[in-house]
Amino acid sequence: MKKVIAALGLALALAGTVQAADADPLNSSRWPDLQREYLNDAPVAFDPRIEVLAPKVAEDSMNVPVTVRLKGLPDVKRVLVIADFNPIVKVLDFQPLLAQPGLSFRIKLQQASPIRALVQTGDGNWLAGGVWVDAAGGGCTAPSTGRSAPDWAQKLNQVQGRVWRDGQNQRVRLRIMHPMDTGLAPGIPAFFIEQLAIVDDKGDAMLKLETFEPLSENPVFSFDLPDTGAVALRVVGRDNNGNRIDAKVQP
Amino acid sequence: MMARLLAALVAFALSVAAPAAAPFDYRLKPEKIADDTWVLIGSTEDITRGNGGNIVNTAFVVTKEGVVVIDSGPSRRYGEQMRAAIARVTDKPVVRVFNTHHHPDHFLGNQAYADVPIAALPATRAGERDDGGAFADNMYRMAGDWASGTEPQVAQQDVKPGRLTVGGHEFELIALEGHTAGDLAILDHRTGVLFAGDLVFLDRAPTTPHASVQRWLKSLDALAALGAKKTLPGHGPVHAGSAGIEQTRDWLKWLDQTLMQSAANGLDMAEVMRLPLPERFERMPLARSEFERSVTHLYGAYELRALDSVALPVLQQK
Repeated sequence: MKKVIAALGLALALAGTVQAADADPLNSSRWPDLQREYLNDAPVAFDPRIEVLAPKVAEDSMNVPVTVRLKGLPDVKRVLVIADFNPIVKVLDFQPLLAQPGLSFRIKLQQASPIRALVQTGDGNWLAGGVWVDAAGGGCTAPSTGRSAPDWAQKLNQVQGRVWRDGQNQRVRLRIMHPMDTGLAPGIPAFFIEQLAIVDDKGDAMLKLETFEPLSENPVFSFDLPDTGAVALRVVGRDNNGNRIDAKVQP
Repeated sequence: MMARLLAALVAFALSVAAPAAAPFDYRLKPEKIADDTWVLIGSTEDITRGNGGNIVNTAFVVTKEGVVVIDSGPSRRYGEQMRAAIARVTDKPVVRVFNTHHHPDHFLGNQAYADVPIAALPATRAGERDDGGAFADNMYRMAGDWASGTEPQVAQQDVKPGRLTVGGHEFELIALEGHTAGDLAILDHRTGVLFAGDLVFLDRAPTTPHASVQRWLKSLDALAALGAKKTLPGHGPVHAGSAGIEQTRDWLKWLDQTLMQSAANGLDMAEVMRLPLPERFERMPLARSEFERSVTHLYGAYELRALDSVALPVLQQK
């Protein structure tokens, strides 16, 4: 019996250390579940090189601006963005490919929540960074505002874009007309962009991402890519109803 | 041992609870700034459970015919305590209340004046009606029980711009806009005091949730032309001269320039929020948080103008 107790004690002590090493700096009660659900319980190192920029308080719960900035982190394969306390947790899943691994976008928040970037590097390891955003909330259950405009369907998936080049890099900013309905407003089914990519003139993807309901209506993105000169970039994608996005952004 | 611990805990709980259980006293002390003219100066903080939303300036003018009240404060409790403070200064009844605009810290005390005609610009009345409920909820979220029992009481009368004489005071009611869709400024010709509402801030960063920067700048020009002797800003100290107008104009022009340049340079919102503040604003209370809020309120329009090159769709879709 004593042995069992000692073993239990040892196990508890070990569990304690493991937990301490992985302790969530944002101290969110959701984190252990999310780690299990999205990372299959893979170990995660919270890394100061992963910065999530967002306002401390969401002034507009339908449009909370987020920038993920990764400084000096080599070989990033994947950036998964989640919001712990949103009814739909996953925001986007980004594969930078040729692009820099940081990006900017806006999300809807239903209540105060951490917003996290989970970053996978080429060796398969996961790193994370994040920030708490306070919010009056309600961002996910309100109907999109554009639906009340008579011509919203004509504008669906239209892309506005602009490129800033400096010889080495180019910043691409995009706005895509889409209601990004979460399915949580009564009588309005989920209707959102699911896939997006920027491709070069040969049709090869320079970056791609999967996107989910919490992204704001008419989503705006900023990406940083290597400068490709005077060649027009193509933005391609589709929403969950099969509507295509296909547009050229002239440099 | 256990009993002692419990007793200590209870004593501690009581000592912590005691100040919180005080009757939510805003400790309003009217300050006389001119003949017949009194103001209640709020803190230059954000709304918290500590200050109960008393972050705003309100005022009253004691005329021969009765008291004219300018703004009623952030909660029912504030309105009631303001009315009690007025009664400590004068026996005269409150005969009229003005709301300078529809922001919650300026009109949620209206309930205390339910028996008095309350007047505001039409756009202000509409804002009180449309946003009042959400404002009261949010005041409760930020200020806690200070705001309990607070319901929006919409002004019943339209302000008619122009001169209005009450008990020997000739008030100029000036309909402006820019901080919100309806901003009432009141100049008392008798004393030369300008009640500027939130068109003017001093040593407290301006707020922009319903602002049009260009219209606001025009309204500041109109206020500057009045040449008031003293100005009560919506937030910040009473002052002679035009320091408040100048500083508010300086902030708005800087904000406009910064957002325009940021959009032209391709910055995203969260990046703009991190930009350094100019030295002259660095120590201004709430400069960083109001700048962040303003980026959320205003940047989308600047950004859209910068994204003017609509990309050509290469595929027609059904």
